[in-house]
Amino acid sequence: MTTLGDFPDWAAWLVALCVLAGSAVTLIGSIGLLRLGNFYARVHAPTLGATFGMGAILVGSALFFSVLETRPVVHEILIAVFVTCTTPVTLMLLARAALYRDRTEGSSDVPPADAAENPLPPQQG
Amino acid sequence: MNWLLPYPLLSAALLALWLLLNQSISPGHIVLGSVIAILASWVMAALRPEKPRIRRPGAALRLAGIVLFDILRSNIAVGRIIVRSREPGMNAGFLTIPLDMRSHQGLAVLSLIITSTPGTIWLDYDAAKGTLMLHVLDLVDETVWIETIKGRYERLLMEIFE
Repeated sequence: MTTLGDFPDWAAWLVALCVLAGSAVTLIGSIGLLRLGNFYARVHAPTLGATFGMGAILVGSALFFSVLETRPVVHEILIAVFVTCTTPVTLMLLARAALYRDRTEGSSDVPPADAAENPLPPQQG
Repeated sequence: MNWLLPYPLLSAALLALWLLLNQSISPGHIVLGSVIAILASWVMAALRPEKPRIRRPGAALRLAGIVLFDILRSNIAVGRIIVRSREPGMNAGFLTIPLDMRSHQGLAVLSLIITSTPGTIWLDYDAAKGTLMLHVLDLVDETVWIETIKGRYERLLMEIFE
């Protein structure tokens, strides 16, 4: 057991680096939510926070508590597994709801339901 | 053995989950976790889902490595589009890919891989035609994306699940 006062410098730097990198990537993802143009493009932005952002912060957390308690603390793995399995489900649900709404409204920005057999040319989003 | 452990992998994963949650490998927690894992796998057996067969654990490990690397790479690519591009999302578009894989578990894993990788979302899968519709943030070259999904992910997933 180490107290916070004599937390080693090398570990403090590594933890700070991990947490800062993770938060920076998550921030870029949030800026993406603002900057991207339409709904489908916006769904891509939060995945930055849910993948690398989360990963780097969790590595920092595991490192911090492992050094502080001088034993491996790895239950961050569970957070990573749960977030990785649940975030895509939410994103898919949101994107499919948007697709359903756009198709119902007869929007010309999304491919119609029966066009799936011909690969579509890239569309301006 | 089959009646006791209908889903051995699920039970093992649940036991690992229990031990990780409690941060302990004391005999008491191992016994309690095993009882919970076995009971949960009996509940799963009562639901009678199609039992997945994981053929090649080596291929699964290789796939996990490839996916981790691709997620890291796409994080950088999407971050660069958001920060640098004057009009981010101008190359975004829909893409339809014909898939050869029919295994439900394989498709479920593929949907998780595609959606959790920044820059691609799984939108629609037509089970009758076997086509998958994606939305891609940086759709400059369609063939590169089709090659990535069919060559990198689908081939390995078919080796594992079919």
